[in-house]
Amino acid sequence: MMDNKMIVEGSLANYAEGGVVKGFQFLGRLPYYRGLGLSMVEDIAVEIDGETVAREDVRFSVRGKTYTLDEMETVYDDRWNFGEKATIIVLKDGGLAHGEHQVGMAVRYRVSYLPFVPTTRFTKTLALAA
Amino acid sequence: MAIKRGVSLYSYQNETFTGKMTLEDCIRTSAELGAKGIEVIGEQSFWGWPEYAVDPAAIANWHGLIAKYDCVPVSHDFMLDYKRFKGRIMSVEEQVASVRRDIEFGAQLGVKYLRALVSISPEVLVAAAPYAEEKGLKILIEVHAPLHFDHPWIVRHAEAFEKSGSDALGFLPDMGMFLHAFPPVWYEKFLRMGVPKNIADYIVKAYEDRTLSEYVVQAVRDMGAEGPALGMVETLRHNAAFEPKRMLDYMPRIHNIHGKFYEITDDYVEPSIPYDQITAVLKQGGYDGYICSEYEGNRWIEDAQEPDSVEQVRRQQVMLARLLGEPEDPRITTPAYAVAAE
Repeated sequence: MMDNKMIVEGSLANYAEGGVVKGFQFLGRLPYYRGLGLSMVEDIAVEIDGETVAREDVRFSVRGKTYTLDEMETVYDDRWNFGEKATIIVLKDGGLAHGEHQVGMAVRYRVSYLPFVPTTRFTKTLALAA
Repeated sequence: MAIKRGVSLYSYQNETFTGKMTLEDCIRTSAELGAKGIEVIGEQSFWGWPEYAVDPAAIANWHGLIAKYDCVPVSHDFMLDYKRFKGRIMSVEEQVASVRRDIEFGAQLGVKYLRALVSISPEVLVAAAPYAEEKGLKILIEVHAPLHFDHPWIVRHAEAFEKSGSDALGFLPDMGMFLHAFPPVWYEKFLRMGVPKNIADYIVKAYEDRTLSEYVVQAVRDMGAEGPALGMVETLRHNAAFEPKRMLDYMPRIHNIHGKFYEITDDYVEPSIPYDQITAVLKQGGYDGYICSEYEGNRWIEDAQEPDSVEQVRRQQVMLARLLGEPEDPRITTPAYAVAAE
């Protein structure tokens, strides 16, 4: 559910640290009718222009706190709220070139009442503004 | 006392997810429709819960809106994420402690009922019951398809509730368990996913004929079904046309109803759930709680069109008002939301 609203339109940008471009970022929402504690977000797989990003290069940032995906697995006092736009950061030297890019996002989340672990994915073309 | 109308704000999820509708929009719209009972999934409507503290201003806002629109807080639906820790399920003691926190949160919201998901075990609810009594709340387990009132798991809950002697434990039936026809919005979605029409039609007819799902699964496999067609036939193993009258045995413990619906047509009919029979049974059983709209067609159509949850809730409220013998059709007088948001 909410698949087509996972990746927020117009949110693609390069990610810089100390004035140096270290990667790119976009805003993502949890495709679910409620939020989830971060320990239950098992994976956020990102694809950029058809290429899969390594899990260790993905960062998740909400309300000023940034986590690696491995760190999130044991975070019990923070959550990805319902509809909340989290910043998904991907470390990639030099970032992305200006223009259009195909962004794919697949979230795997553990839901207590489900007898399986769902993954919801969507791909959108976003433009990186000059 | 008569049956009362309400709305679970779950119904407006596509609009609240993007911020198109605020909490005030949801409550005002429901109130204008005469659906004065408001049910929430606490963690959908209040950011933070249960991992970090909810802003007290958000709780104050809730109470302000309930008062402003003359509404009644009906239920806080809690989730109890017992798989919070990767690789292990929370112990009964941990689960009871978690339910106690939800009881406190429900009391803060001023609701009378807490919804427990059907996968929660009876010992957890029985152990939490005394605290619910202390706070003046009842915990209601949601009887939801594929479960139903004759399923041994629900019978076990019923027996545990009786044995406990507590009247703080009860049931919240979800009307989706009375799925008397294959929902047209499901059928259309499966066609869009690529299910061959002959297979889709076969499944709809088999459902109408009440054929045992296992036979239908095999027949559809023999027709060469794969991928989405297997997904479509699988829905028959998770849904069935149970009888609304099965609620009658449990009436003393039924305190809230989820008015689940997948679609209300423009002539005010839910094509797959027999609300005429349902309301007749509830009247017969002397039910005097709320029927809260729970729109769930959104996820079946959103790939093809933007859901209009408000219009769907409006139609269901008109349908319910007529079935309950109200003299006038409910209507919305204020636009449900102001601006478009991403």
